[in-house]
Amino acid sequence: MAKITIDKEKCKGCFLCVGVCPKARIKAEKTLNKKGVNPVTFEDKGDCLGCSFCAIICPDCCIEVYK
Amino acid sequence: MDKIYAHPGSLRNTTTHYCPGCGHGIAHKLVCQVIDELAIRESVIAIAPVGCAVLAYDYWDFDCTEAAHGRALAVATAIKRVRPQNIVFTYQGDGDLAAIGTNETIHAANRGENLTVIFINNAVYGMTGGQMAPTTLAGQKTATTPLGRDVKIQGYPLKISELLTQLPGVCYVERVSLQSPTEIIKAKKAIKLAFENQINKAGFSLVEVLSPCPTYWGLSPVKSMAWIKDVMSKEFPLGRIK
Repeated sequence: MAKITIDKEKCKGCFLCVGVCPKARIKAEKTLNKKGVNPVTFEDKGDCLGCSFCAIICPDCCIEVYK
Repeated sequence: MDKIYAHPGSLRNTTTHYCPGCGHGIAHKLVCQVIDELAIRESVIAIAPVGCAVLAYDYWDFDCTEAAHGRALAVATAIKRVRPQNIVFTYQGDGDLAAIGTNETIHAANRGENLTVIFINNAVYGMTGGQMAPTTLAGQKTATTPLGRDVKIQGYPLKISELLTQLPGVCYVERVSLQSPTEIIKAKKAIKLAFENQINKAGFSLVEVLSPCPTYWGLSPVKSMAWIKDVMSKEFPLGRIK
């Protein structure tokens, strides 16, 4: 059982985290943040592995992981 | 639930000026994680380059200074010799370290200065508008090589890491990549070893980091990572060189 938190105001919408999630639980959000980009959002379905790949590849340090 | 991946303490919690998907953010984070793990935040002195990372001192929460373009290793040499108790590192791009700073780089390495160098190779000049850098690949289109780099006119990509291995003062050279989480984990290990070498007074250590520049490669951030894997790392092979 694990989860991630995303700082959506810091997110620049590069979507690098989307492609590395082995469970495909990170998606682009439909609403814009204050920067005017679509940030990513975490769909928690209880199967996050806590692998931290999303946090490791995030260039803007927006993601923190809990396990 | 415990926090297993946290924002590094020595990285300020602020928004950087880097483009979306830029590798500098990942490299900054790795440097900060290593500094936190080695508990050297109070003794470290960073030399920021001229290039996209010119404002790195706004993001790192430890002592930093700025050098003129290409002169980071000359400044680092002075600081390390005057304050040998401090851990001194430079963070330089390819335009800074491999073009205007080639002289300082080769001579600091040849003197075997006990320094750590983080060399960000993104194959273009980012800050000035995506012009050709010494590390630009053959055939790669940039602002100054719109038809692609022609090796008969502009020469071949400069492999500065391989050049430096010839020098006896150099203790450690490794080329790493930011193309995937697994490669980023390897990159962090290499950066940590480069800092440990300085702590152990082993000599000059350089880690070359293949880093994406989506804006001037004309690719999306995800495709930029794939380009490093499929194209760039073929020209600049990954792994320990010395």
